Amino acid sequence: MTTTHTTYREAIREALREALRDDERVFLMGEDVGRYGGCFAVSLGLLEEFGPERIRDTPLSESAFVGAGIGAALAGMRPIVEIMTVNFSLLALDQILNNAATLLHMSGGQLGVPLVIRMTTGAGRQLAAQHSHSLEGWYAHIPGLRIIAPATLPDARGMLRPALECPDPVLMFEHGSLYNAAGELDEPAEPVDIDTAAIRRSGDDVSLITYGGTLPTTLTAAEQLAANNIQADVIDLRTLRPLDETTIVDSVRRTNHAVVIDEGWRSGSLSAEITARITEHAFYDLDAPVQRVCTAEVPMPYAKHLEDAALPQADDVVAAAQRAVG
Amino acid sequence: MNRRRSPAASAKTKQRTELLRQMVRIRRFEERCVELYSAAQIRGFMHLYIGEEAVAVGLLQTLSPDDAVVSTYREHGHALARGVPMVSVMAEMFGRTTGCSRGRGGSMHLFDASRRFYGGNAIVGGGLPIALGLALADAMLSRPQVTACLFGDGAVAEGEFHECLNLAALWRLPVLFCCENNLYAMGTALARAQAETDLALRASSYGMPSWAVDGMDVEAVAAAGNRAVETMRASPGPCFLELRTYRFRAHSMYDAERYRDKTEVEHWKQFDPIDKLTARMYDDGELADEAVKKLESEVDSELDDAVSEAQAGPLEPVEDLTRFVYTERP
Ligand SMILES: Cc1ncc(C[n+]2csc(CCOP(=O)(O)OP(=O)(O)O)c2C)c(N)n1
Repeated sequence: MTTTHTTYREAIREALREALRDDERVFLMGEDVGRYGGCFAVSLGLLEEFGPERIRDTPLSESAFVGAGIGAALAGMRPIVEIMTVNFSLLALDQILNNAATLLHMSGGQLGVPLVIRMTTGAGRQLAAQHSHSLEGWYAHIPGLRIIAPATLPDARGMLRPALECPDPVLMFEHGSLYNAAGELDEPAEPVDIDTAAIRRSGDDVSLITYGGTLPTTLTAAEQLAANNIQADVIDLRTLRPLDETTIVDSVRRTNHAVVIDEGWRSGSLSAEITARITEHAFYDLDAPVQRVCTAEVPMPYAKHLEDAALPQADDVVAAAQRAVG
Repeated sequence: MNRRRSPAASAKTKQRTELLRQMVRIRRFEERCVELYSAAQIRGFMHLYIGEEAVAVGLLQTLSPDDAVVSTYREHGHALARGVPMVSVMAEMFGRTTGCSRGRGGSMHLFDASRRFYGGNAIVGGGLPIALGLALADAMLSRPQVTACLFGDGAVAEGEFHECLNLAALWRLPVLFCCENNLYAMGTALARAQAETDLALRASSYGMPSWAVDGMDVEAVAAAGNRAVETMRASPGPCFLELRTYRFRAHSMYDAERYRDKTEVEHWKQFDPIDKLTARMYDDGELADEAVKKLESEVDSELDDAVSEAQAGPLEPVEDLTRFVYTERP
């Protein structure tokens, strides 16, 4: 086994390349995925390799091309639809919720939709409110969808394959601040499962539960906590729906303290759901109330200092963990 | 004296009789649904197609079993004309496990994967992108199929309509866009909602062949459908048909119809597609009273059987409530 130096962006590109190479039914479709190379340069070079039939530039018609992905999946293809960012996915929300998520059920099991939709999420690059929100928690509300959020290089490389093998619609959220993350990746890539959460760091004092863009923040916080003799168990959810309740609950039973870190807003959020599950299943194991570190309840501001203040920071996580541990 | 008819003439008679039979099946099915609804045996939103039968019957006879059909919430007629068995449609109305959607769809969500009937979409305009994708898959897999996409005039005001016509024309996808222009979107008359009411004209601005057709004349619809499908099979790309039709009944069972006059409805009933074809066949000496009676009694007994079988069908066990949210894997 060898390792190569790579980035999150290149890891996803490699996963796309592998999928396109291995299965004729796979194609990539979205705005500027072809000639432009993808608005985050994820699909750079794929057009040259696979041609315009399979690396398919679309007009600015989110609803039409997401729906076309659903139709193509129904008719035997394995489409990967890219939406530039989750903010724009709202123009296709009807197709995602009313069709992709519901067709199997409404048809009494006849019409499965094996579709992968990829999109960017999250803040941190001063793009202001219409380019920065984290709405994957909303999608995780919807039965019929599977929601995944690769946070590491192996997951960026490895999650696409099981997503494509999944017979149901999978939404894959890529945090914009992760694309440049660099590191070593094993070759050949290790298989990744999209059913279970991963423990990224083990500790017995507090469970830090997070996913996606806030995983690096949380790991930084865990290091700082370790310097103060607080050992954190860091859970990377990886799949936001269905939630791997077992990993969460087992960890909290061991540490008796929990902090949920989520770049979504607090009210009605995924962090609220995780907190509720902990109280449902591990209430008597808790030594303190569950803490939450979320984005401030504002549309994301542009100015750097305001954006930083709005987003979960490592210091916030450290403070929350200390409050929890008491 | 028994006039001898040429083989061509008798083939035509046979075809017309079949068109008539299909329209009568749809009409009677829905009339029975009204009775069952009034008796509170079936529930939910129910949208009747009465008056519009010529569209479904004329259009769908042009398709082969491998072609795909995308439909709306006013789709009893589409489903029946597509060959979905009457009993499985009726069982769905009763919410039975034997229904074509196992009781999870109801009147608005009829599906039959085996007949490529991607039916019942209750979001106005929501079926158009799906049709695009079905046609895209057929095109990418070099299959010769076309996808017929049925939708109402209400959908033409939506962004999705324009997105989809643009994309289908740009990518030369074999989608037959079939706009059932019955002049109303619920209570909103076409002219009160659309700046340009010539819908075929609007579609033609996307560079696709577009025709406006008398949707009360099943043979005119069939001819237009055949021409459009031939055009599409000869050279790939979408076509657009505006089927000018009228619904004789209210928008749904809840509609008090305050937005249109009874006289208007009565006026349109003169163009009843079933009466029109029947009269034409009488004129041409292709139909006699006995034949009509026979046809009607055949349809009635099909319907009686469908109702009793549907009624007797089992209900999906409540333990199965959460099935089919995700695909079941062994
Ligand atoms: C997106 C959306 N908006 C509103 C409705 C409510 N609604 C149901 S049917 C209808 C009218 C649609 O008219 P049209 O498309 O002309 O079809 P028709 O009912 O005449 O067959 C409306 C507004 C809906 N189902 N979907």
